[in-house]
Amino acid sequence: MNEMDTKNTGTREEAMSPAVDVTEDAGGITLIADLPGVPKDGLNLHIEADQLTIEGEVRLPAPEGMQLTHRELPSLKYRRVFTLSKELDAERVGAAFDNGVLRLRIPRVQQTQPRRIRIDVA
Amino acid sequence: MVWNVFPRDLMAELERLQRDFGGHPLEQPASIRGSGGSRFPALDVGGTPESVEIYAFAPGLDPAAIELTLDRGVLTLSGERPAELPAEDSRTTVHIGERFAGRFRRVVNLPEDADPESVSATYRDGVLHIRVTRRAASRPRRISVQ
Repeated sequence: MNEMDTKNTGTREEAMSPAVDVTEDAGGITLIADLPGVPKDGLNLHIEADQLTIEGEVRLPAPEGMQLTHRELPSLKYRRVFTLSKELDAERVGAAFDNGVLRLRIPRVQQTQPRRIRIDVA
Repeated sequence: MVWNVFPRDLMAELERLQRDFGGHPLEQPASIRGSGGSRFPALDVGGTPESVEIYAFAPGLDPAAIELTLDRGVLTLSGERPAELPAEDSRTTVHIGERFAGRFRRVVNLPEDADPESVSATYRDGVLHIRVTRRAASRPRRISVQ
């Protein structure tokens, strides 16, 4: 799995790249992404061809007329795109999203099980 | 109203930009005490005539483990975020490890009219939202003309 450049220029507020952890074991890949401020219905997760796109929209409860006086969050949008490799099974991705943390499990394609070939003695 | 200005971590930002564009990280000698304080959690601060609103972007925390104290106009937010990265061994490979782990502490100077007796905090979608009400006496009032 490789990260792609996300050169979506042109917008004034370019999307932030969420911090991620990516680990791999024999069964597949685990991806954890930090998307604080994104409610469940603000998360957009899609896989097209071999590209996994994570997008999120930050929504904050703010009283009317509030003016931001100090700002460290550079944008209210998250976006990050990953390329999946062939041995990963995009059809069986598991996802959970809690407290602004997205957890994805992308299993490997089921390998053909090693078969033992019986030898019949004539 | 004067706020603490938290310097944004410029080097980290530059490194991230370079990484995003496929370059190599800047090889600058790092300060032995780190880069000017933890950037976790990122903070946004806003205000209305009635209240001060603080947003701490701290995903994946147990709200009970977040420590929030207010002492003489200084609001301190601290806690610990456990590491989730497994140890790299023959079975597990770590490809990317960017998420913050460890102890954190951030401090906000509240304006003078903030009422320390009227603070509320809620944790939702990984954001700790702290609301401090301003004292009524300092709010702008409309004076009716007889």
